[in-house]
Amino acid sequence: MTRRTPLSRTVRWVVLALFAVFFVFPLYAMADFSTRNLIQGGRTLAAWKNLVRDDQLYSAITISLALAAFTVVVMLAVLVPTMIWVRLRAPWAKGMVEFLCLLPLTIPALVVVVGLRGVYEWVTYFFGESTLTLTFVYVVLVLPYAYRSIDAALSAIDLQTLSEAARSLGAGWATTIARVVVPNIWSGILSAAFISIAVVLGEYTIASLSGYQNLQVVIVQIGKTDGTTSVAASLATLLFGFALLLLLSLFTRGHRRGPGTNHVAQATVVAPAPAPAPAPAPLATAQPGAAAS
Amino acid sequence: MTTTTQDTTEGRTHPSLAVELTGLTRVYGSVKALDGLTLHIEPGEMVALLGPSGCGKTTALRILAGLDEATTGSVSVGGRDLTGVSANKRDMGMVFQAYSLFPHLTVLDNVAFGLKLRGESAATRRARASEMLELVGLSEHRDKYASQLSGGQQQRVALARALAIRPSVLLLDEPLSALDAKVRVQLREEIRRVQQEVGTTTLFVTHDQEEALAVADRVGVMNQGRLEQLAAPADLYTHPATPFVAGFVGLHNKVTAHVDGDTADVLGSRVPVLEGSIASGTGVAMVRPESVTVTADPEGRATVVSVEFLGPFSRVHLTAAGTALVAQMSSSQARSLVAGEPVGVTIEPSGVLVVQEQPAG
Ligand SMILES: Nc1ncnc2c1ncn2[C@@H]1O[C@H](COP(=O)(O)OP(=O)(O)OP(=O)(O)O)[C@@H](O)[C@H]1O
Ligand SMILES: [Mg+2]
Repeated sequence: MTRRTPLSRTVRWVVLALFAVFFVFPLYAMADFSTRNLIQGGRTLAAWKNLVRDDQLYSAITISLALAAFTVVVMLAVLVPTMIWVRLRAPWAKGMVEFLCLLPLTIPALVVVVGLRGVYEWVTYFFGESTLTLTFVYVVLVLPYAYRSIDAALSAIDLQTLSEAARSLGAGWATTIARVVVPNIWSGILSAAFISIAVVLGEYTIASLSGYQNLQVVIVQIGKTDGTTSVAASLATLLFGFALLLLLSLFTRGHRRGPGTNHVAQATVVAPAPAPAPAPAPLATAQPGAAAS
Repeated sequence: MTTTTQDTTEGRTHPSLAVELTGLTRVYGSVKALDGLTLHIEPGEMVALLGPSGCGKTTALRILAGLDEATTGSVSVGGRDLTGVSANKRDMGMVFQAYSLFPHLTVLDNVAFGLKLRGESAATRRARASEMLELVGLSEHRDKYASQLSGGQQQRVALARALAIRPSVLLLDEPLSALDAKVRVQLREEIRRVQQEVGTTTLFVTHDQEEALAVADRVGVMNQGRLEQLAAPADLYTHPATPFVAGFVGLHNKVTAHVDGDTADVLGSRVPVLEGSIASGTGVAMVRPESVTVTADPEGRATVVSVEFLGPFSRVHLTAAGTALVAQMSSSQARSLVAGEPVGVTIEPSGVLVVQEQPAG
């Protein structure tokens, strides 16, 4: 721990204040707008009640939450064993896997949609037309963020020694991963999961271009006729995302006090990760404008 | 073939099995990590594998543990061929060079981990783990996490964890190399005591000759993937079979010698030669520093170059007949020696190995 000098404390407060103005002001504006009674003046919670009362919006919310959950489950089931395996058994493939996982960052959403059209004819053939088939695209979409957090967590432990110790004590591969590796990269897995949720809940472009109705698509649609409801939904999404990230940082900080010194290293993993968090923001903050017109 | 030692938990015993490594080779691309390693370990015996870095010690241990596969050759324990048996089915306790405690578990849970996998009841696990922690003297640390322990304590917990499963064989891969010198000596004695208490057949890998000679029943010296010699520590020290062993086991002087039958003339002293020496003629004798006796003698043919004080004993660097020579003696004896003064040198008549000049290795 470095001692805090008065100067660094001042800098801290200035940064915090700037941060507050930058982030809190739009949120305040959205909260204000969403509780306005546009016709009679005064305040009303009608827009917020619509979140559950409006069938279209309510089903979009549940679909997006389900999409987020499925994406996280599939992403973890694919990524965690693969990354462990590559580190232990095929280190030569690490560069390739990293490249593949980071690739989605460089491909524009439009290209993804056009490229996937052919694939999706097959996907819909097997899985039906459900919006939930977007899970497959979203798993790819969240790969870069998830890869980064899990990779950092794996780097913080001596994976080879720990897994060899577990195996010599009688653990098979599945047991080794479940009982030894996962508990020690838990904060990396959590941060991968939470960030993926934030990305999926904020995703608009791909869903809209492929003609699916997820939360953001419906928010935009509603925004064309009912500004306050759409802003309320945006704000709710944003707050949900913030709550997740807050929970994440609380959890990893709590963990830091716990057993391993390497949890300290893992906790720092979280730092670069929240980058995609503002992802819902541009879409959401775009709404008041859309509503006003 | 199989003997057993009693221990207290439920009257069950630690197995003592013979270990057989036969013609092991392991090729990594163009590197031959092992090149026909054959090694037999008696039931309950502790063998130390000693050799320079990169000679294949870890590779041999990992193949025995099932963590790596031999290119050719076989491994058997207690007469049972282990080819194709995966690491988690081999029942071998292993202590690693790197700290290997599971960071998310307490000391007690670490030790009980292997028992949990074997479906032991919570009460049995607790009793057994406690017993093992007592064995390594860490009972009061049972609820701590690895990060709260010193390196030496972590390795002791790792030893307890490896022994808790009553392993068929105990494997130790340089478990002390990350520790400082004092702890290292303490812990190696502890490892020896624990090993003798439980009687498990043990393979101990190290590159520290003092460590190997101090703890093991027999020491195997490895060089470039092969076993050069396997012998009891005292035999290895007094009767090195090859120049490599002689060089590795002690800091050795290389002195020109003339062999004549059973003895050799080394710097004017008649010294018996060891088996494996050349039959006759001129060769190089490998002389241990403590076999060199230095006496203050104005007529002497050797000259003191420097005296290196090392606490209880001192190392004296000399030149005699044009060759550099190192002698080791108690510091009180060395006190009278002054750099630049002439001294007399005699070689103690314990056996020396005399080999061809410019020996390989
Ligand atoms: N996975 C691997 N891939 C390629 N080469 C390897 C691998 N493991 C070991 N080697 C090579 O095999 C040789 C023997 O390695 P090993 O680890 O057994 O040596 P060691 O005797 O344990 O040395 P040290 O005392 O440094 O631990 C070395 O030359 C090493 O570079
Ligand atoms: Mg090694």
